[in-house]
Amino acid sequence: MKRSRIPLYTTWAVLIFFYLPIGVLILHSFNASRFSSSWEGFSWRWYIRLFAERDIWFALQNTVIVALSSTIVSMVLGSIAAYALHRYHTRLQRVHYTLIYTPLVVPDILMGISLLLFFVGIGMQLGLITIFLAHTSFCVSYVAMVVLARLQDFDDSILEAARDLGATWWTTTWRVLLPLLAPGIAAGGLLAFTLSIDDFVITFFVTGPGATTLPIQIYSMIKHGSPPLINALSTLLLVVTFLIVWLVQHLTQEEHRHEVD
Amino acid sequence: MSSHDHPGARRQTVAEWLLTAAPFTWLFILFVIPTALVFAIAFKPSDPWGGVGAGWTLETVRSLRNPNYPAIIWRTLWISAVTTVSCIALALPCGYYIARAPYRWRRLLVLLTVIPFWTSFLIRIFAWKVLLHPDGYVKRALVFLRLADADAILLYHAGTVLLVMIYTLLPFAILPIYAAAERFDFRLVEAARDLGASRWRAFRQIFLPGIRRGLLTAVLMVLIPSLGMYIIPDIVGGTRSEMIGNKIAQRTFVDRNLPHASALSASLTLAVMAPMLWVLYMQGRRRGETRP
Repeated sequence: MKRSRIPLYTTWAVLIFFYLPIGVLILHSFNASRFSSSWEGFSWRWYIRLFAERDIWFALQNTVIVALSSTIVSMVLGSIAAYALHRYHTRLQRVHYTLIYTPLVVPDILMGISLLLFFVGIGMQLGLITIFLAHTSFCVSYVAMVVLARLQDFDDSILEAARDLGATWWTTTWRVLLPLLAPGIAAGGLLAFTLSIDDFVITFFVTGPGATTLPIQIYSMIKHGSPPLINALSTLLLVVTFLIVWLVQHLTQEEHRHEVD
Repeated sequence: MSSHDHPGARRQTVAEWLLTAAPFTWLFILFVIPTALVFAIAFKPSDPWGGVGAGWTLETVRSLRNPNYPAIIWRTLWISAVTTVSCIALALPCGYYIARAPYRWRRLLVLLTVIPFWTSFLIRIFAWKVLLHPDGYVKRALVFLRLADADAILLYHAGTVLLVMIYTLLPFAILPIYAAAERFDFRLVEAARDLGASRWRAFRQIFLPGIRRGLLTAVLMVLIPSLGMYIIPDIVGGTRSEMIGNKIAQRTFVDRNLPHASALSASLTLAVMAPMLWVLYMQGRRRGETRP
């Protein structure tokens, strides 16, 4: 039967739409010219200039500190939450699920302003700690959702088998449950890490003097700085993103493999 | 679970509470309380030092009747609505195509859709600023094709905001629609065609209801961030394309009037909750297939 060609054309048009701006950006990061209107040959000069910018390195350091700490905490809290949601089906868990789900659908700006009011209200100094607390709060939900999806394909009888064979609760958790869940937890952690590195709006609200993260730095460069430097920085960040996406695909590949067989 | 008198059941309950305590407490303190605070502070006066004054007042809420606001609220609503409709219109054929593609192709196409989803929001917005720059390629192509005047400005319009919003939010629509379409049994569409339904009718009456859950998720994933959008109008928009999000940021950072910012945020929260409750209601009607 003849199929419509509309889906085919739309998909390719959308993919060109997705990659054209990114492609132009990457191309221009190697442009010797200061202006995007003319191409004056291949050059690494913007990358070299980038490495000399102290502010960027300082911002990168802050970003990594915040991203690592909030990823670790949200991986622990998110996995526990997902396990509780999967294991029990009580009224408490229904409330718990709503609590985990809602932050995912609240616009960033609302989360930012509400956390700002909260931190100001309790008299907390704004800085890296408040950014860490804010990032962890939204990352927990993402980790929980990824791990919960993983748990839904999980065969609970494996745990029962381990217990029947005399394994204690502790052994079952550490030697059976966690290793099997590890790819899901790792994928959730990578998602949390990228979200934390990328977050601008919430960070902008809860940041304090001296606590500049990379997106905040990029924002002020977009507003006042030199475009070629942002091109170079963006290209480097895109490379990191590609690596992370590839890793996640690798981690979540197993389900697909079953499908082919 | 079984009855509560059973000692095993009681141990279960204790274990459940122990497990739930940490994530629950964290989100209660850092999500529920701050959100409640937004609504409380909307009824507080501001003080001249950028803080929150003592006592309660309706003054702040009343000041929302500022003559500038209806225009901004209207603009926020129409930009969000057009963004959502456009994203869904583009995502439906894409999700359909990807789900029906052969396995190897499908994996590549999903990867290509996921990469922009993971790429920095700011960078993707900045890319458009470069592209639409007065000396940029798009402008020169349009002038060359005589579609635009040499002095036309492509940036800082509501149209620019719309374009960049569709660009950044489209992956959020494609992925849930694809995920639903992948689970959809396409033999149903073929059966409908065999029984004489037109292509369009089979699509509308068989395929669309079949992926309803994915479709609802896609609408939410695009509509809600749109309503609260702040950064896109801030970078590629002008004063005449501001949205509610920009006003909240101005009240917070420029005027340092936290109660006013709270009142605006509280109204935005209510505006966001309406579509969410609608979707929960729609999903609730089909409960049973899904968990919580």
